[in-house]
Amino acid sequence: MINDFPPAAILILGALLVPFFKGRAKSWYVILLPAAAFYLISKLDPGSSWQIHFFGFDLTLLRVDKLSKVFGYIFTLNAAAAFVYAFYLKDNTQHMAALFYIGSALGVVFAGDLVTLYFFWEIMAIASTFLILARKTDKALRAGTRYVMVHIFGGLCLLAGIVIYISQTGSVGFEAMTQRTPATWLILIGILINAAAPPMSAWLSDAYPEATVTGGVILSAYTTKTSVYALIRGFAGWEILIVIGCIMTLYGIIYALLENDMRRILAYSIINQVGFMVTGVGIGTAMALNGAAAHAFCHIIYKSLLWMSAGSVLYMTGKSKCTELGGLYKTMPWTLVFGTIGALAISSFPGTSGFTSKSLIIDGAVHSHLVWVWIVLEIASAGVFLHAGIKFPYFVFFAKDNGLRPGESHKSMLAAMGFLAFLCIFLGIYPKPLYAILPFAVDYQAYTLNHVVAQMQLLMLSALVFFLFLPLLKRTDTISLDTDWFYRRGAHGFYGIIDKGLNGINNFCDKVFAGDLSAGIGRFFKKGPARIVMGVVIPVRAILGDDRKTRDTLKTRITAAFETDAYPVGISAIAATLFIVILFLFY
Amino acid sequence: MKSKKEFDYFDRPEVRRKLWILLWLVCGLTIIPDLFTHRHPHFGFDGFIGFYALFGFVTCAVLILLAKLIGRVLKVREDYYDK
Repeated sequence: MINDFPPAAILILGALLVPFFKGRAKSWYVILLPAAAFYLISKLDPGSSWQIHFFGFDLTLLRVDKLSKVFGYIFTLNAAAAFVYAFYLKDNTQHMAALFYIGSALGVVFAGDLVTLYFFWEIMAIASTFLILARKTDKALRAGTRYVMVHIFGGLCLLAGIVIYISQTGSVGFEAMTQRTPATWLILIGILINAAAPPMSAWLSDAYPEATVTGGVILSAYTTKTSVYALIRGFAGWEILIVIGCIMTLYGIIYALLENDMRRILAYSIINQVGFMVTGVGIGTAMALNGAAAHAFCHIIYKSLLWMSAGSVLYMTGKSKCTELGGLYKTMPWTLVFGTIGALAISSFPGTSGFTSKSLIIDGAVHSHLVWVWIVLEIASAGVFLHAGIKFPYFVFFAKDNGLRPGESHKSMLAAMGFLAFLCIFLGIYPKPLYAILPFAVDYQAYTLNHVVAQMQLLMLSALVFFLFLPLLKRTDTISLDTDWFYRRGAHGFYGIIDKGLNGINNFCDKVFAGDLSAGIGRFFKKGPARIVMGVVIPVRAILGDDRKTRDTLKTRITAAFETDAYPVGISAIAATLFIVILFLFY
Repeated sequence: MKSKKEFDYFDRPEVRRKLWILLWLVCGLTIIPDLFTHRHPHFGFDGFIGFYALFGFVTCAVLILLAKLIGRVLKVREDYYDK
C-alpha cells in the first residue's frame, strides 16, 4: 500500500486537521506531514497507479518515475524546512494554505494525465494566493488580487490548450509534446505564465514580496519549479525555450539591480534562475535536462535560504527596503552567515550546490555548440553574483548603518537556515546523491581545475566591479516599471477609454432616444390627433363658408377637447360597436 | 551586546582598506593558474589567459551601466501606482 499512495494526499488531507492542533503540537504536526510525504516518495515504485475513470477520461493520479521523484523529494524536503522556520507561527490560514499549495504542487508532479495536472494546477493558484493575503495589508490585498487574476488567465490558457489537445489526439496522457499545434502552444503559454516568463513575469515580483514572512519562503519554491517540471516533461527540446530562458536570465538581473526592496531583489533573481532552467529544457539534451532538474533542486534550497534570511530581517526589523536597512551584521551575525551561504550558492561559487548544478546546463549548451547561448548564460552567471550574491547581503547587512539593532531571530528560524545552508555546501562538495536521482544517467565532473579557475575569475572580477561601481548602485526610494504597468496603469487607461467610449454612446443614446425622440413622439401623440382633426375639419368648414372667427373658435375647441381628453369617447365606442355588429351581420 | 563594546569590525577604515587589498589580490591570484595549466577553449575565442576575468569585468560593468541607463526610464516613485 505504502509504495503506491499519492504523496499529495498526505499534505492535502493533513491540512484539514491543522485547526485541531494547538500550540507546539500544531508546529510539530505541520513539520511531520511533509517529512512523512518525503519518506513515502522514497518508497514509491516506478510505474502508474491510482487509475480512475472520471467523466469519460482515464485519469492517472500517480505516475512515478525518476523525474517526478526528484521534484517530489525537493518539494517535501523544502516544505519540512519551511515549517521548521515557521515554528513560531500558529496561524491556521497560513499553514493550511501552505499545505494545500505544496500538496497540489506534488499532485502536479505526480499527475500522469493533463486533467489531473490541471486540477492541481488551479488549487495551487488559489491556495498560494492566501499566503499573500495573509499579510493583511492593503498592498498585499491588491497584489494578491492581481496575482490570482494573472494565474486565472494562465489557467484558462492551459485549460483551452488541454481541451483542444484531448479532442484532437484523443489522449489525456501528459507525455512529451511532439506536435506543434495551437493546442500544444496554448498549453506551453499556460505553463510559461507560471514560470514567470516575460512578458507575463511581473506577477512574481509584484506579489511575492507582499506575502507574509513564511509565505514568501514557501512561494519562492513551488509555482515556478512546478512549471519547470512540466516543461521538462512536455516540452524538452523546444528551441523557443532557449530564447525565452536567455531573456529571463538577463531580465532578472537588470531588474534586480534596479530594485530597492530586498525581497523584490530575490523575486527578480527567481526569474533569473528559472531562466537557466528554461534554457536547459530548450536545449533538450540529456545533460541539459539533468541540469534543469538538478538546478531546480539546488535552487529551491538556496532560494528558500535567501528568502528565510530576508524574512528574518523583515520579521525582526519590520523593514525590507535597502535604503532603510544596513549594518545588521552587528546584531544578526548568524542570519548573515546563512544568508551569505545562500548568496554564494545562487552565484554558483565553487564548493556550493549552485556550482555543481548550473554547470550541467552551461556545459549542456557547450556540448550542443550553442555559442550564443553559452555567452548569455556566462553573462548571466556573472550578473547573478552582482545582484544576488553581493548586492543582497551587502545592502542588508553592511553598507550604511541605519541604526537598526534588532538581534537574532527565533532559534527555529536559525535552525531551518542552518539546515539548508548545510545542504548547499554538502551538495556543492558531494553532489553524487543528487546526480544519482536525476532523470538521466550522469557522468559528469564539475570540479576540474580549469572549470574552478574560470568560475573564480568570473566571480571575483564581478565582485571587483561591484565595489568599484558602488556609487552607481546607490539605492533610491523607487520602484521600477514592469509589464504589470499594462494592467495596473494600463487598466486606468482602459477604464478611461471604456468610460469615454461606452458612456459616450450611452449619453448619445440618452439624448437622442430618451430625450429628443420620445419627447417628439410624446408631442406627436399629444398634439397630433388634434392637428389631424383640424387638418380635415377646418378646410371643410372653410369651403362650407365659415368665417375666420368661427374657425378660430372651432380650433380652440378642438385643441381643448384633445388636451383634456374631452372628446366624446362614448360616441366612438358606439360607432365601433355598430361597426362590429354590421361586420358580423354580413360575414 | 548590552554593556559590551559593539561588534563593528567592518566599519573600521583600516579593515575596509585591508579588504580592498584582499579583493585585488584574490582577483590577481585567480588569473595566475591560467599561466601554468593547459586550457581547453570551448569555442576558440575563449582560450587566452584571463579570458574569464576579462569577461566577468566587462560583462558586469556593462550590466551596471545598462541598468543605470534603463533605470532612467523605468524608475518611478514608490507611490506611482497609488496616485
